[in-house]
Amino acid sequence: MSNIPQKQIHKYLRHDKKFPHVWCPGCSNGIVLGATIRAIAELGYEKDEVAMVSGIGCSSRMPVYVDFNTLHSLHGRAIAYATGVKFFKPEMKVVVVTGDGDATAIGGNHFIHAARRNIDITVILINNNIYGMTGGQYSPTTPDGARATTAPYGNIDRTFDICKLAIGAGATFVARTSAYHAQESKLFISKALEHKGFSLVEIVSSCPVIFGRLNKKGSPADMLKDMKDNVITEKKYNELSEDEKADKIPRGIFVEEQVPEFTATYTDLVQSLQKPKDE
Amino acid sequence: MAKNETKTKSVLMQGNEAIARGALAAGVNFFAGYPITPSTEIAEICSVEMPKMGRKFIQMEDEISSMAAIVGASLAGAKSMTATSGPGFSLMAEGMGYAKMVEAPCVVVNVMRGGPSTGLPTKPSQADIMQARWGTHGDAPSITLYPNSVMESYELAIRAVNLAEKYRTCVTLLSDEVLGHMRERIEIPNLKTIKVVDRVKPTIPPEWYKHYPENPKYPMPLASFGEGYRFHVTGLAHDAKGFPTNKASETAVMMERLRNKIRHNIDDIIQIESFMMEDAKIAIFAAGITSRAAKEAVLMARKKGIRVGMLRPLTIWPFPDEAIKKYLCDKKAIIVPELNEGQLSKAMKRVMGAIWSYELRKSKNIIGLNKNNGELINPEEILKVIKEVK
Repeated sequence: MSNIPQKQIHKYLRHDKKFPHVWCPGCSNGIVLGATIRAIAELGYEKDEVAMVSGIGCSSRMPVYVDFNTLHSLHGRAIAYATGVKFFKPEMKVVVVTGDGDATAIGGNHFIHAARRNIDITVILINNNIYGMTGGQYSPTTPDGARATTAPYGNIDRTFDICKLAIGAGATFVARTSAYHAQESKLFISKALEHKGFSLVEIVSSCPVIFGRLNKKGSPADMLKDMKDNVITEKKYNELSEDEKADKIPRGIFVEEQVPEFTATYTDLVQSLQKPKDE
Repeated sequence: MAKNETKTKSVLMQGNEAIARGALAAGVNFFAGYPITPSTEIAEICSVEMPKMGRKFIQMEDEISSMAAIVGASLAGAKSMTATSGPGFSLMAEGMGYAKMVEAPCVVVNVMRGGPSTGLPTKPSQADIMQARWGTHGDAPSITLYPNSVMESYELAIRAVNLAEKYRTCVTLLSDEVLGHMRERIEIPNLKTIKVVDRVKPTIPPEWYKHYPENPKYPMPLASFGEGYRFHVTGLAHDAKGFPTNKASETAVMMERLRNKIRHNIDDIIQIESFMMEDAKIAIFAAGITSRAAKEAVLMARKKGIRVGMLRPLTIWPFPDEAIKKYLCDKKAIIVPELNEGQLSKAMKRVMGAIWSYELRKSKNIIGLNKNNGELINPEEILKVIKEVK
């Protein structure tokens, strides 16, 4: 288990004010919150230097619980707000917590452009395959045939592979794991935070109360077991036949490369425009 | 004040450039925008000047993200601004409501063009006046300014930034295609003489800090991200510390604060110009580019011995109710020329309807002179109306 004791996690929570939280029993958002805090604690970041920005949705409720500079913004726009924070104060560590609907449906444009721009923002995307907060409508990652309140006959919309989307848009750090893999979640978030440039960590998660119930996925523990069985390492995934791949999701760090970062490049531009003193 | 400090610099300048230069003079150090006619020059000038000054300029992927970025930057301590026109202004509406709700100072410039929809991108309009008031959902406050010259574009850009900082809100600066693109000689003041409202930092311990104090005094100390105060910001209804609330009592306090920051500071926010109103029997109420034709019409009518004056709001929202009552209640007729289908005249009818009795309303008149085909209203057209009501 983590070598960060529970008490240290409490140091990062607004536990005297904002609990109990809004998340349903069995929701994996708490695991991601724990992994995020453990990563930040291990990296030794000051609370003052961290800004956590979110949009609207279940995952986007995370900032209110943590004792950072926190911004709960508009649906889909978290990355755009985060861009304002980061660009004005590049010394801050800016983390966006978002969901599949928030980041890839309504916020898809900001997601791909922040990736293209390579601005140093870490996006933690909790993918639960559904709009939970509004009661279970299908999202861009709801699997083929899955039920949602707006897909009563099974979903016919094709899905996004969020990591491929980020890679296509030029993201310089792209990783995926699942809420079952809590230690790996912490590790990937930690690597993403230390990465200089746009980083995405997609965390496959579960929504037992809505998605699970609509799709007969069993208990929260059953859904976590599904992640254990189906979210497999990239190496194992690549060894499978195409048919076997159908139900599996690869995890791992898919991209990690150094490319000039936007705010640093801007700072260079500013410096190059300063006139020498003797002129 | 030293003599050379009061000296101004005379330059030929375009309206859009004056807005950009005024905003920079007021200390705007973050601009995010998206290209749109007829406001693009503002972004272009910022892109030239801001990196040289060590300030931040970014072209975002759309107007929605531009609006979001300036609010994010504002919360991090920036004096921030964006500029757009009709379609972009529509896209920014939700974000402007957010800025007003979380009380993040910022300025949105809307250089009005013909609408609805894509409309007439290269023609002037004044059809976003009501949108500047009610464009975002919910009872959000609105401070909206509208100059009528290049010089005033410079001055009101400074004022818009100052009002945003002072009252912690998103201020709208209106302009229009003609005002934005025409060139006039203006007197640029020495930067040292320009009154600039800078954000005051809190000095109290973080645990005492309330981002939304119950008894606000403007301007108030305001913490930014990364300075040790670690406040929470949300578009949900929130309490004094910024945390979400569902309580009616806390929501009422929040809504009251948003309302009263305007209502209790009307005199500080409102600016009007009265022109030849002392002995006028007929009044023209006009704003922005149309007020220039109105002024000309007043002079033409005066030559013919008709006693006409003009009242011009530089602050469109909050609407200058008291000034209108004071200057216009005894006028025989109020002519409201505007480049829309009667947005100012409807606001005027609301004010006068409240003070004119039923009997008075029979003998008095509010006459709209409206045009929305992309052309300006010229002085002769206004003069014709003046002659008709004389």
